[in-house]
Amino acid sequence: MSFKPPGPKVPQREIKYDEVRIYTDEEIHNYTEEELKNFKIKYDIPMLEELEKGPWPSFVADTKQLALHRRKLADDRVLMPKECAEDLLGQLQLSLEHGETHWKHGGIVGVSGYGGGVIGRYSDLPERFPAIAHFHTMRINQPNSKFYKTDYLRAIADLWNFRGSGCMNMHGSTGDIIFLGTTTEQLEPIFQEMAHVLNQDIGGSGSNLRTPSCCIGKARCEFALFDTQEMCYEMTMHYQDELHRPAFPYKFKFKFDGCPNGCVASIARADISFIGTWRDDIRIDQEAVKAYMAGELLPNAGAHRGRDWGKFDIQREVIDRCPTKCMALEDGKLVINNAECNRCMHCINTMPRALRPGTDTGVMLLFGAKAPILDGAQMSVCLIPFMKTEPPYDNVKEIIEKTFDWWMEEGKNRERLGELIQRMGLPKFLEVLGIPPAPHMITEPRSNPYIFWRAEDVPGGLTFDINEYRTKHAR
Amino acid sequence: MAMIELAGKQVEVDEDGFIQDPEIWDKELAEALAPLEEVPTLTEDHWKVVNMIREYYLRTGVAPMIRKLCKDTGFTLKQIYELFPTGPAKGACKIAGLPKPTGCV
Ligand code: SF4
Ligand code: SF4
Repeated sequence: MSFKPPGPKVPQREIKYDEVRIYTDEEIHNYTEEELKNFKIKYDIPMLEELEKGPWPSFVADTKQLALHRRKLADDRVLMPKECAEDLLGQLQLSLEHGETHWKHGGIVGVSGYGGGVIGRYSDLPERFPAIAHFHTMRINQPNSKFYKTDYLRAIADLWNFRGSGCMNMHGSTGDIIFLGTTTEQLEPIFQEMAHVLNQDIGGSGSNLRTPSCCIGKARCEFALFDTQEMCYEMTMHYQDELHRPAFPYKFKFKFDGCPNGCVASIARADISFIGTWRDDIRIDQEAVKAYMAGELLPNAGAHRGRDWGKFDIQREVIDRCPTKCMALEDGKLVINNAECNRCMHCINTMPRALRPGTDTGVMLLFGAKAPILDGAQMSVCLIPFMKTEPPYDNVKEIIEKTFDWWMEEGKNRERLGELIQRMGLPKFLEVLGIPPAPHMITEPRSNPYIFWRAEDVPGGLTFDINEYRTKHAR
Repeated sequence: MAMIELAGKQVEVDEDGFIQDPEIWDKELAEALAPLEEVPTLTEDHWKVVNMIREYYLRTGVAPMIRKLCKDTGFTLKQIYELFPTGPAKGACKIAGLPKPTGCV
């Protein structure tokens, strides 16, 4: 892999709904509340209707609305079978009755030039539910931090109603907009329309780089310690090949959190988590600390108001809650032993007017999180506690590429990075990255330190015979 | 399963157009499958990829992983996509007469 210079940012195309719209207002609002109340889909779905009860929104109610809407559109106003929403509910009811899914396993469909972004889905009862015989999913690369204009949302909704089922999910757990259900014939036209008219790429699926995602970051959040949108954009553009042309052992996710609050949960979900941090001292405004203590400022910016929690108690609510016990009140002043602070954000979240992260900011890199598949869920481990980086982030890309190369060389089919690190051992991975072991890399450096020894590190050498050892220490 | 006509024969394919019986595959069939995957004609380079996939499959029973495919044929991933615009898993494996790959490529 080689470094590409960062291209100029692709200018964003202004999308005007009126220029691309497919449906008239009458077609969009084509049924009354009364009609909806009396509407019956063509199947009995008693088990699904249970899911409509209670105060919560229900996908069953939503899908019924979609079914009525589609039924009332003229036949030539949709290219995906009109009854798909009804068949969808019908098949789901049957799946619940049978205790097993009626989607077939797998399916390989795609769009020209890409090896990912579309997931083939077929009903195993196509005669019974012909409108969902094909029901492919498309993943759409969401804009950074999910900022939308209504013109754009209306435009994609029209397109998807016309060429797909009209049913979408905002957003999948990776971050993409998910288009649920279309036929093989419609995939390419949707892709072309998205790319050339709506200026919108599709996302990743299969064994490739999945659509990177970032928190709202500097756009709105005072805690952002690096520009998550900038970095997410650059990495998305730089790794287009990895995103669209699967060549990895399995999926790979990047997520960018502006601070350790972790609003996109990078530590739980990403193979490489990028989290904003600082290496100098937490800034303290002692006057504001006093104001919190006196009850003049509301803790957590008032997020917990509306119930009586008693008077704010800095000792109980902040100092005792500090996970590393590095805070104290001395003569009415708050002091922090910053060398012991692990940047958990708790005190800062509680008293944002009094405490702010330091100003020497950067990112930390953590590796190997995944949701449970084989060995259960795993959080990513912090191997690079702090680094400075600037666009185009060449020093970060270097680390990413070392990781890719190792994983592609050693990883087994369907082995996530975290599993490979477990199988080969953390010391091996540190060697690959070329970084020395450090106390930050273990879960509880303050109570459970351990050291990696390799024979060549020991002065005078080390001989160790496991068989001899076992003669004295049975397993 | 649907039947389609390929190279003058009735052939059973799955819903994604992969032939069901890898035994019936031959060069003519590959040439008939190619246009369905945006490959108008099979050149020598195409055959290099198709033959590699085919041989690997007959030997191991599975499709090769992409990296292996690139290494053994000497093509970059980009070149593979230029040869097979619908991708190695969908395009190249289908033309090579493999049943639908469940794993990688
Ligand atoms: S992760 Fe931190 S910076 Fe990003 S939105 Fe959440 S609190 Fe703000
Ligand atoms: S950020 Fe967390 S660890 Fe650091 S001082 Fe505040 S509460 Fe303690």
